[in-house]
Amino acid sequence: MIDNDHNSQNKKTTLKKLLSGDVALLARAITLLETGGTKADNLAYKISANAGEALVIGFTGTPGSGKSSLINCLVKLLRDQGEKVAVLAVDPSSPLSGGAVLGDRTRMGEHTSDRNVFIRSVAARGHLGGLSIAIPSIIDVVDAAGWPIIILETVGTGQSETEIMELADIKVVVNAPGLGDDIQAIKAGVLEIGDVLVVNKCDQPLSDSLVQQLKSMLELRSSEKKNIPIIATSATEDIGIQELDKTIKNISLNLGNEYKAIRQANRLKGNLWRKTEQLFRYRLKEINSKKIEDILHQLRNGIISNGDAAEIILNLCVDKE
Amino acid sequence: MNSTPIRVLVTKIGLDGHDRGSRVVAAYLRDSGMEVIYTPPWQTIENVISLAEQEDVDVIGVSSLATDHLIVPDLMSELKSANLHHVAVVVGGIVPDNEHDMLNKAGVSKIFGPGTSKEEIVKCVTELGTGARKYKIDEGDFF
Repeated sequence: MIDNDHNSQNKKTTLKKLLSGDVALLARAITLLETGGTKADNLAYKISANAGEALVIGFTGTPGSGKSSLINCLVKLLRDQGEKVAVLAVDPSSPLSGGAVLGDRTRMGEHTSDRNVFIRSVAARGHLGGLSIAIPSIIDVVDAAGWPIIILETVGTGQSETEIMELADIKVVVNAPGLGDDIQAIKAGVLEIGDVLVVNKCDQPLSDSLVQQLKSMLELRSSEKKNIPIIATSATEDIGIQELDKTIKNISLNLGNEYKAIRQANRLKGNLWRKTEQLFRYRLKEINSKKIEDILHQLRNGIISNGDAAEIILNLCVDKE
Repeated sequence: MNSTPIRVLVTKIGLDGHDRGSRVVAAYLRDSGMEVIYTPPWQTIENVISLAEQEDVDVIGVSSLATDHLIVPDLMSELKSANLHHVAVVVGGIVPDNEHDMLNKAGVSKIFGPGTSKEEIVKCVTELGTGARKYKIDEGDFF
C-alpha cells in the first residue's frame, strides 16, 4: 500500500518533469507511445489535457524532393527569430524485416546540439498513409512538453498519403522538377491538400515549367481553392526560404480563433477511428479458428454470400465477451 | 502487439570520414528488424549525446577506422554525466589489441574487429539492446 502511494507520487513527479520540458523523459514517453498498450494509452490520456496549443506544420511530398533539407532551412530561420522548434520526421519501415534506417535528420545535423531544437525520427512501422499509428499522440506529448511549433515530415509520399490533413494546421506540399507532366498535376491526391505548394530545387532547369504546371492546375480549381501560394525554393542555395516562412506565418494568422477547437475535435475523431480499427483487427485475430472454418465452409458451398459472411464475422468480434 | 524494435545509433566521431563500414552495419541492423538512426561521419561527442537522448536509443555503435576510438572514453564519461549510463556502446573497426583494455575499462560493451560476422554483430546488439530496454522499463516506468 505504502509502495503504491510512493509509486503514484513518483508518477506524478515524472509527469510534471515531462510537462516542464525534460528532454530525456519526452524521448522515453515517445518510445512508450510507439510501443503501444495500456501504459501508452494511459499516458496519452494524461497528457491530452495539456495538448492542443502547438502549431503543427506538415511537410509532405515525393521521396527525394528535399523535405528534410527544406525543414532544416526553415528551422534555421525560426531559430534566428528566437523560436523553439520540434521536428518529427517519419521514415518508412522495411516491409520485410520491420527494421528501418532513419536518415531524415542527417539533413538537419547543424541543429543536433541546439537545446531549443528537438528532433525525433519516427519509423512508420507498417502504417500506410505517410505517418505512423502513434503520431497523433506523439504530437500531443511534444506539444504538452512545451514545444510551440512542431514540424511534421511525412515519409516520401506517392499520390494518396493524405493523413497529414487531419493532423497538421498548415500543409506544405513539396514538389521537385522532372517527375511528371501536367496530367500528373491535375490528378486527385496529395496536391489537393496543400495550403502551400513548394517547388524545391528551383535552381534546376525544369523547375520553371513545374511552377507553370502547378499554376495552370490551380486555374482549373473552384474559386475558393484557387489562391494557393506557389513558392519556388532551393534548400541548397538558400532561395525562397524567407518567403516560405512568411507565407506559413500569414496562413497561421488567418487560421482564426476557433480553429484549435475544431482541429482537436477532428483529431479526437481520427484517433477514435484508428483505435477502433486497431481493436477490430486485434479481435479478428482472436476469433476461434473453428468458427472461421465453418463460415468459410458455408461460403465455399454457396450457402451464404461474402457480405453475409463478413456480417457474421463482425458480430463475432462484437459478441466476444 | 506491444513490442517495439531496438533503436540503435550508428555514428562516427572524430575526423575520419571512412563511412562504408558504418553504412554496411546500419543495413545489417535494419535487415534484422532494428530501427537505426544513422549519422554522417564527423560527429562531435556533444552531438552524439544529444542524438542518443532525443532518439531514446538503446545502443550506440561507433565506427572507428583511424584512431577515433581514442576519444570513445570521453564519450563514455559524457554519457554518464548526461544520465544515459544505460545506453550500451559498441565500437567497430580498427582497434589495436593493446587498446582494447582501455575501451573496456571505460565501459564499452563490445569491440568488433575486422572479419566479425553479421550474425555476431546482430546477436550482440540484440542482447545489449534488450538489456538497455529492460533497464529503462524497470527504472523509468513512472508515467
